[in-house]
Amino acid sequence: MTDLSTVPSRAAADTVDNATATPEKEQPYDALGLKPDEYASIREILGRRPTSGELAMYSVMWSEHCSYKSSKKYLRQFGQKVSPAMKKNLMVGMGENAGVLDVGEGWAVTFKIESHNHPSYIEPFQGAATGVGGIVRDIISMGARPVAVMDALRFGAIDDPDTARVVHGVVSGISFYGNCLGLPNIGGETWFDPVYQANPLVNALSVGVLRHEDLHLANASGTGNKVVLFGARTGGDGIGGASILASDSFSEGGPTKRPAVQVGDPFAEKVLIECCLELYRAGLVEGIQDLGAAGISCATSELASNGDGGMFIELEKVLLRDPTLTAEEILMSESQERMMAVVEPGKLEGFLAVTDKWDVETSVLGEVTDSGRLIINWHGEEIVNVDPRTVAVDGPVYDRPVAYPAWLDALQADSASALPRPTDPATLREQFLALLGSPNLADPSWITDQYDNYVLGNTALSYPDDAGMIRIDEESGLGFAIATDANGRYCQLDPYRGAQLALAEAYRNVAATGAVPAGVSDCLNFGSPENPEVMWQFSQTVEGLADGCLELEIPVTGGNVSFYNQTGDVPIHPTPVVAVLGVIDDVARRIPSGWQDDGHNLYLLGVTREELDGSAWAGVVHDHLGGRPPEVDLGREVALAGLLHAASQQSLIDSAHDLADGGLAQALAESVLRFGVGARVWLGDIIERDGIDPSVALFSESTGRVIVSVPREDDVKFLGLCEGRGYPVLRIGVTDATSNELEIQDYFSLSLDDLRARHRGTLPAHFES
Amino acid sequence: MRIGVVTFPGSLDDRDAQRAVRLAGAEPVALWHGDHDLHGVDALVLPGGFSYGDYLRCGAIASLSPIMTEVIDAAKKGMPVLGICNGFQMLAEARLLDGGLIRNEAGRFICKDQQLRVESASTDWTSGFEQGQEITIPLKNGEGGFIASAETLERLEGEGQVVFRYLGPNPNGSLNEIAGISNARGNVVGLMPHPEHAVEPGFGPDTATAMRSGTDGLTFFTSVIERALVGA
Repeated sequence: MTDLSTVPSRAAADTVDNATATPEKEQPYDALGLKPDEYASIREILGRRPTSGELAMYSVMWSEHCSYKSSKKYLRQFGQKVSPAMKKNLMVGMGENAGVLDVGEGWAVTFKIESHNHPSYIEPFQGAATGVGGIVRDIISMGARPVAVMDALRFGAIDDPDTARVVHGVVSGISFYGNCLGLPNIGGETWFDPVYQANPLVNALSVGVLRHEDLHLANASGTGNKVVLFGARTGGDGIGGASILASDSFSEGGPTKRPAVQVGDPFAEKVLIECCLELYRAGLVEGIQDLGAAGISCATSELASNGDGGMFIELEKVLLRDPTLTAEEILMSESQERMMAVVEPGKLEGFLAVTDKWDVETSVLGEVTDSGRLIINWHGEEIVNVDPRTVAVDGPVYDRPVAYPAWLDALQADSASALPRPTDPATLREQFLALLGSPNLADPSWITDQYDNYVLGNTALSYPDDAGMIRIDEESGLGFAIATDANGRYCQLDPYRGAQLALAEAYRNVAATGAVPAGVSDCLNFGSPENPEVMWQFSQTVEGLADGCLELEIPVTGGNVSFYNQTGDVPIHPTPVVAVLGVIDDVARRIPSGWQDDGHNLYLLGVTREELDGSAWAGVVHDHLGGRPPEVDLGREVALAGLLHAASQQSLIDSAHDLADGGLAQALAESVLRFGVGARVWLGDIIERDGIDPSVALFSESTGRVIVSVPREDDVKFLGLCEGRGYPVLRIGVTDATSNELEIQDYFSLSLDDLRARHRGTLPAHFES
Repeated sequence: MRIGVVTFPGSLDDRDAQRAVRLAGAEPVALWHGDHDLHGVDALVLPGGFSYGDYLRCGAIASLSPIMTEVIDAAKKGMPVLGICNGFQMLAEARLLDGGLIRNEAGRFICKDQQLRVESASTDWTSGFEQGQEITIPLKNGEGGFIASAETLERLEGEGQVVFRYLGPNPNGSLNEIAGISNARGNVVGLMPHPEHAVEPGFGPDTATAMRSGTDGLTFFTSVIERALVGA
């Protein structure tokens, strides 16, 4: 029987000789997304026209997605605005597959969040599934065992008919891939807003753990070392700009249209994880890189750029699913579940023994050279001969026009303070319930129940607590907590402050669990960078984040930028999803977000101001967006985090829940529903101390606030702690395990059943047939 | 006592099952699906996961793995064998247990803390429970709907081979709310919920007294260990 996949495809490729001999041949650079001046600079770099293979490589590697050409200018701030404290535990910073933090005891944590937005709109199931797969491979390629995933999702209006299509596809795609991979899904976010109608956001996050000595980096060093491709076979799926590459200008008689969205095989990836970890343990790998965007083009040029500078590849040795693929398509394919390793020749046999054990197909493509050139042959003919740094590192950098949005002043002038605020109990109760059942504040367990949060047996917290938490070391209990946040409404009103609000909230969420915030990864989702107003939003956002991280003294370890999230002329709200990771020395000391016991005092930490602009209350009750978002005081956030950490170390608090969207009202409802323990709460003292009305007390979204429950015997100590640190604290209630209700004294009472029904009903009502 | 945990390509809860064995006081032994060797273990766990991606009928390919020859042989000779989730599906595919598992009624993967009633405390893996005891064990699967012919169901019910039943709303459409069954001899038990996820305070299901503190799953493993001690 002939194995078709090994029959070489000999479709004639454009060789370097041919390119030199036919300098005037017209090339489809425009259709590949390159600008005339970019094409001209490629010709200048090479001193001739590029071959079709080279053109394909440059076009993908110089794309916005791979080169960060519009954002690079701004992202540099993350490397510049750093203090010595921020560098102390940073083992690997931005620019690698994922950042790595030293978390003590010889352990390190690597984490990253990345977008897969556009594929998830076109083909929600596979788009979201491969989003998970891609971020997990980034984590594996650092030498780490992936231990958790999370996802931050943004969908269109909940009642739009197309939203259900996207929600079902995305959620089942994440469920399918993540569950089959055996990674606990420990949290995330779900938002619905018409601005994401034709631009859903799927931001996937993964965390991995490793011993310090297991750190691997993506570089090809050691002349003579072998370059090995292993994992799934290469197929025609996910060819970047598929319709373009499959066009006639590239190769006559080759295959035509290919799907642009990759197809995921989580089983192949699970096997690849175990295989890679066994390779690392046996010390068989010198350098490693996953294959994601731009496939082999990216992996070869990046590995070579980061190592000795040269590489020689025989492209026909790539194992194919489809033997008719052309050389250009093989270079571009984004087939999933593939890795490229650099292996010492003497270790190749051992390497192959491990891949054989896991039934992972492997082929040796070539070797590392010191030539300074990336040379790729196709059946003995040279089709690529480039300096890899010109492909992977020294791409174009743009300083795009920036313009203050013409509409922003009017939007900021339209404050929510002009909206009518009720003081009567009936209306307050009605609005309380309206918020609780609104799409963005409703219980997302219809989604989270489709994700395995138990697998691996180390999950200490997951949804609905403020952050997910995973034990790293079974002996010591060392662990990490992680949370993601972003509020696009705030960012639309003020992108600088909105970015800091996202950072502050994620930071606070992590601190509320008793962990110490240690690092940041961000996924910056924006409209078109060719729109000067979008570029202004972007520049403000990055500046806000960089300044904020400097003040909080936690480093940005990596992330991703996603532009072009817009349909027609209308961009999405700026949506910088910020993930903060914290460290906890013993997960046994973790703090949940709800009340478990009777008779505990409830304390509100922080001050409430009239800050309803951009709030959930303004949106849900009045369909209003305008004004300036709440003020951020990062110094206060640091003080609050320190207070929470001290209280958890001394076991003074039994629960802590951050106040954010929906304010005190939402936090109270969630704390009651977490374990089904009711409470009696009074607003009078808040109203009096802060000079506000009951609507503001319940619905304001002032920052720096957390509600904690304290056992009576720890009352004195806890208040002493707050006083000693000068943090505002007010006793606002007491838990009641027998009442089965939440009583807001002098205003209204709500039974747990009513609260639960309102909170849980929304998503099933829209998504269950 | 040494308890083997078989790892198949795509097994996910194999290390969790090893941890459960260790916490129960026995020695976990990692076994590889491609070997023909049980390394002299005294009992076996087929763990949860998506063996071979479960792209075909769940557990179908794994049930033909090399090591299954020895597993089937040992089970027939009376060695205690526990199949959890995907392991249950393999035991059904291998005909060590009756019936089969199909897609959840709602068509979705489901992960939740599930209440169960212990219907039989006379198997090797449940002797530490009281008959009728109510326990909480995490359930997580996409294809957990138990089916069997009317005749088989009647026999399973009549012979006391129904070991666990779901309490509360039927989570996946299983016939007679069946969550787990045994063979006639009681040494082979399969169930969809995951006892290995309820063995360690802090990492199990919520209970009435404290969060994530449920350890009902530990009794599966202590049962088989005590049986062995009594037997020896």
